[in-house]
Amino acid sequence: MRREAPRSLADYTPLFFPGLMLVVFFVVPFSTMIAVSFFKRNPSGFYTPDFVIDNYARFLSAFFGGVLGFSLMLAVLVAIGCVCIGFPFTYLLTRRSRRVQTLWLVGLLSVLSLSEVIIGFAWSTLFSRTAGITNLLVTIGLMDKPVALLPTFGAVLTGMVYQALPYTVLVLYPALVRLDPTLTEAARTLGASPVKAFFNVVAPALRNTIVATLIMVFVFALGSYLLPQILGRPQHWTLSVLITDQAIYQSNMPFAAAMAVFLVLISLALVGMTLLVGRRENAL
Amino acid sequence: MSGLNINAVTKKFGNFAAVDNVQLNVPHGTFVCLLGPSGCGKTTLLRMIAGLEEPTSGAVVLDGEDITPLPTHKRNLGMVFQSLALFPHLSVGDNIAYALRIRGASKEEQKKRVDELLTLIHLPGFAARPVTQLSGGQRQRVAIARALALSPKLFLLDEPLSALDAKLREAMQVELRQLQQRLGITTIVVTHDQREAMTMADLVVVMGHGRILQAAPPIEIYRKPADAFVADFIGITNLLPAEVDSAGRTTILGTTIPGLAMPEGLTRASVSIRPEDVHLGKPGGSAITGSVSFVRDLGGTIETFVEAAGTTIVAVATPRERPDVSVGAKVGITLPPESCVVLGS
Ligand SMILES: Nc1ncnc2c1ncn2[C@@H]1O[C@H](COP(=O)(O)OP(=O)(O)O)[C@@H](O)[C@H]1O
Ligand SMILES: [Mg+2]
Repeated sequence: MRREAPRSLADYTPLFFPGLMLVVFFVVPFSTMIAVSFFKRNPSGFYTPDFVIDNYARFLSAFFGGVLGFSLMLAVLVAIGCVCIGFPFTYLLTRRSRRVQTLWLVGLLSVLSLSEVIIGFAWSTLFSRTAGITNLLVTIGLMDKPVALLPTFGAVLTGMVYQALPYTVLVLYPALVRLDPTLTEAARTLGASPVKAFFNVVAPALRNTIVATLIMVFVFALGSYLLPQILGRPQHWTLSVLITDQAIYQSNMPFAAAMAVFLVLISLALVGMTLLVGRRENAL
Repeated sequence: MSGLNINAVTKKFGNFAAVDNVQLNVPHGTFVCLLGPSGCGKTTLLRMIAGLEEPTSGAVVLDGEDITPLPTHKRNLGMVFQSLALFPHLSVGDNIAYALRIRGASKEEQKKRVDELLTLIHLPGFAARPVTQLSGGQRQRVAIARALALSPKLFLLDEPLSALDAKLREAMQVELRQLQQRLGITTIVVTHDQREAMTMADLVVVMGHGRILQAAPPIEIYRKPADAFVADFIGITNLLPAEVDSAGRTTILGTTIPGLAMPEGLTRASVSIRPEDVHLGKPGGSAITGSVSFVRDLGGTIETFVEAAGTTIVAVATPRERPDVSVGAKVGITLPPESCVVLGS
């Protein structure tokens, strides 16, 4: 829908309140953080105003570089895992009756009400040796004795995919519900099996949505800092864990701020990429 | 037997029979129009032929082979959907080549066939265009070409022209019919537009409430409708009550119509007569007397509405044979018995 362009200053008044909120709760704190990231750490106190790039320089060490690389890799895997599970699931869900769809969506929404802590401890119980799922496998005779499945990378990945999956489904759902079901049917009349039609028609027709979802889950997973600590070893800790560690336990605000700014920049770069992809698609 | 046989096919949604015990034989190469009001089960029947819907009972037989258990993608048919369902992420050429690509045809083969089909639908050189940039009529043609890519045995179209404006629709009807005759392909088109059906079909199948009411060539449907529903649905008609009087003569609106015989044992019935068969003249004699209530002069034809014995009768004439009447004038209506079709009461 096209609207008339605002002409006088008065036409902008509805924007005043959201604008104010954005400034107070986003621009001000974020600017403060950027400023702090250039401050100097004061070991005896907090920090002293300054302009040094030590914080960013320190970040370029092999250790932090490794952590950053791991965080990105983990977030990418979580994003891919979520879309690989969530997309076919949501597609099949949209083919069900209204009632079935509502039940599933309510179930998924209720998972969103669980805090990260609860999800973490629930999975740590499920993966434990004493009370975990391996006990079930032993009972039905698939394993000799129960083993602990954590702390492992697999456990971290599972927990994070579990946590992000409801968001994935909720983002994909509107696009898939709106998808014309005759597209798949047309593919089938042209000789494509239902599975082929799904990969040939449904997935490419929703490429934009899939890319946007991948990026959303990626950014979401980048910020996760509790699950890697509960379910993983120290080498599975993400940048977010280190930021928390530096800010709260090491009292090194400037360094934590520098890492946080870096993380935000990566997120912004990805949002920019989505827009670019969208622009190219529309230009076709 | 060659062609398509629909054997006692029924489709129920819960307790509601959308298609009710439909029996139809379509000889090879025939152009069939499924015609009926909205909700009468046309789409459902077409989807069962395509395998997109499973019949509750009955069988679909193509060239002697029972294809009811075959999934859609093994049926070798082309279908054009009401929404067209062109793949938005593919170009015109890739849309048309989709079926060939699925079957692993070589790039050259695909290109050759796409060029062939684009020529057939009068859109040569359109292969590289994105489908999102086509006009309604062009999209329509691309959907037709895509469905024909594999030279299917059966060509199914669900209200293919309903999204086009009236003028383009008429042009496409002619084009579609010519295309079908050139290819000699068995074709089934769903429509709710009787003019469209009359234009294109060899065989018009009129449906109502999930059943076939009449299946016959267009002219026969028009001239000899099986019942009042069909008569009323196909074109404009006058449905008049007829009675047999004590002397055994047939009367309509109290006037005897010499030469019109009712079937044996029937004393009351409806008679259908087309407006162009109704003659208006001077009142008196054996004519039914009425008064003109409205005249609609459309230039090419003139419709005259006449009130007689509480019923409105419509007569259509060309300007050349224009009846010299004006509103309020008394006229005599003559109903030629050979044009009257007696329908069940
Ligand atoms: N999937 C379905 N579930 C329930 N009822 C349906 C379904 N599809 C069609 N119907 C019903 O069957 C009847 C015939 O539908 P349809 O074949 O689409 O009619 P037409 O194409 O002649 O307009 C309609 O009353 C419609 O509501
Ligand atoms: Mg329909």
